[in-house]
Amino acid sequence: MTEETAAAKRVLLEAKDVSFRYGSGPWILRNVYLKIYEGERVGLVGPSGYGKSTLSRILSGYEKPTKGQVLWKGAPLPKEGYCPLQMIYQHPEKAVNPRWRLQDTLNEAWTPDDELLAALRINKELWFRRWPNELSGGELQRFCVARVLGPQTEFIIADEMSTMLDAITQAQIWNVLLDVARKRGLGMLVITHSMALAEKVCTRIVDLAELNMVGHDA
Amino acid sequence: MKKTPVLTGHGLRNRRSQTIFIVTVALATLILITVAGLTMDPEKYATDFSVKNQAPSAEHLFGTDWMGRDMLMRTVKGLSTSIYIGLLASIVTSVLALFLGVLAGTIGRWATTAFNWMVDLFMGVPHLILLILISILLGRGARGVMIGVIVTHWCPLGRIVQAEIMSLKNSQYVQAAVRMGKSKWWVAMRHMLPHVIPQFIVGLVLMFPHAIMHEASITFLGFGLPPEQPAIGVILSESMKYLTTGIWWLALLPGLSLLAIVVLFEEIGSNLRLLIDPFSAQE
Repeated sequence: MTEETAAAKRVLLEAKDVSFRYGSGPWILRNVYLKIYEGERVGLVGPSGYGKSTLSRILSGYEKPTKGQVLWKGAPLPKEGYCPLQMIYQHPEKAVNPRWRLQDTLNEAWTPDDELLAALRINKELWFRRWPNELSGGELQRFCVARVLGPQTEFIIADEMSTMLDAITQAQIWNVLLDVARKRGLGMLVITHSMALAEKVCTRIVDLAELNMVGHDA
Repeated sequence: MKKTPVLTGHGLRNRRSQTIFIVTVALATLILITVAGLTMDPEKYATDFSVKNQAPSAEHLFGTDWMGRDMLMRTVKGLSTSIYIGLLASIVTSVLALFLGVLAGTIGRWATTAFNWMVDLFMGVPHLILLILISILLGRGARGVMIGVIVTHWCPLGRIVQAEIMSLKNSQYVQAAVRMGKSKWWVAMRHMLPHVIPQFIVGLVLMFPHAIMHEASITFLGFGLPPEQPAIGVILSESMKYLTTGIWWLALLPGLSLLAIVVLFEEIGSNLRLLIDPFSAQE
């Protein structure tokens, strides 16, 4: 028990005084501090336009913060090689190459086993040879989820990944994801505007409106 | 009971096999003409003053010119020369454009800047002058024309390719691939190239008539192919002198043949694009 709490104290991902703006535009994020500990699933909620997606892009290394830094296990994010932080996007149809057959997309980083595919209800015979424009958003999102669950993944950032899915698909995908996360001890940052979802899947909920000093200026 | 005929034919039951059929026929025609021209016995279009200036007839389908040469044979021979020059020049040009465009879009900012300078340099000089200079420098003939076309014509397509690559760089699947540890080169080849192929094919197809026209125009000006070589450009520029005397077939029939070849080539291009486009995979 004590060992577990000690392990849980280890910081996985940390945003240190992160500020961001495009060019010399208005600040989108200001002085954001966020620590995510091992074994945590953090829900990041906030109204739209508060910079949830921007923060997720900064945390996963897609965007460089204008000020401050992002630390992964105490060091800057690795620039090359497989990134231990992987993202699942809001729009799966944008996240897969429209000119790739789906089996290529699925196997881009690793080859998921049949068990995972079955859990995600990915129909191998029917979907593997298809093009992305022939599948629905929910079907594509299953591929996007399977794609990032490779053995080298240690942390998942899900940016509104189930917002546009129907309730059944949402439940299926989240069940699989939570199952894998528990088994492998994956860290998770769930960005959503649905409090209900955050309460259901996360161990801690953070409100970006409180973290982001932009809202506190006036 | 009446059966509704749904199928247009056994082998042509959907758009895809129709497309393949069209491409095959067009390719076969082009190859046939090229081979016929390249292997043709020069006797077939030899000078024969006993039959000069004859209008099209069963014996001479395209008529004969002022030296009694059979125009059908000269046209086929000329078309094959033109196809050969046009094809080679447009393929090398588009591959060069693709390569430079991908390189400029992938390596980094300085490569983009250098690329833009090069494009501006080549587009700043009038094509025809550069073409003439290069053609003379390389001792005229087909080689000079081809290299001239290649050097002056890679810019527009190169720029399109480079712009496409730049926009693909910001797409989520490319960024995701980078986060999966894929190298720049791998991403460029696997993720980006399939998106540029349609532009590449269209560019290649449009380059073909362009190359032939340039070959014709600098030949007309006397800096290209030697006049004794039956090329469409030579035939057309010669025929201009006889047009006012009522000898219409010298210009019309070879001109129409050239048009037909260009149309065939465009047909191949647009159908190939259909074949590789996932959005038409099920048609």
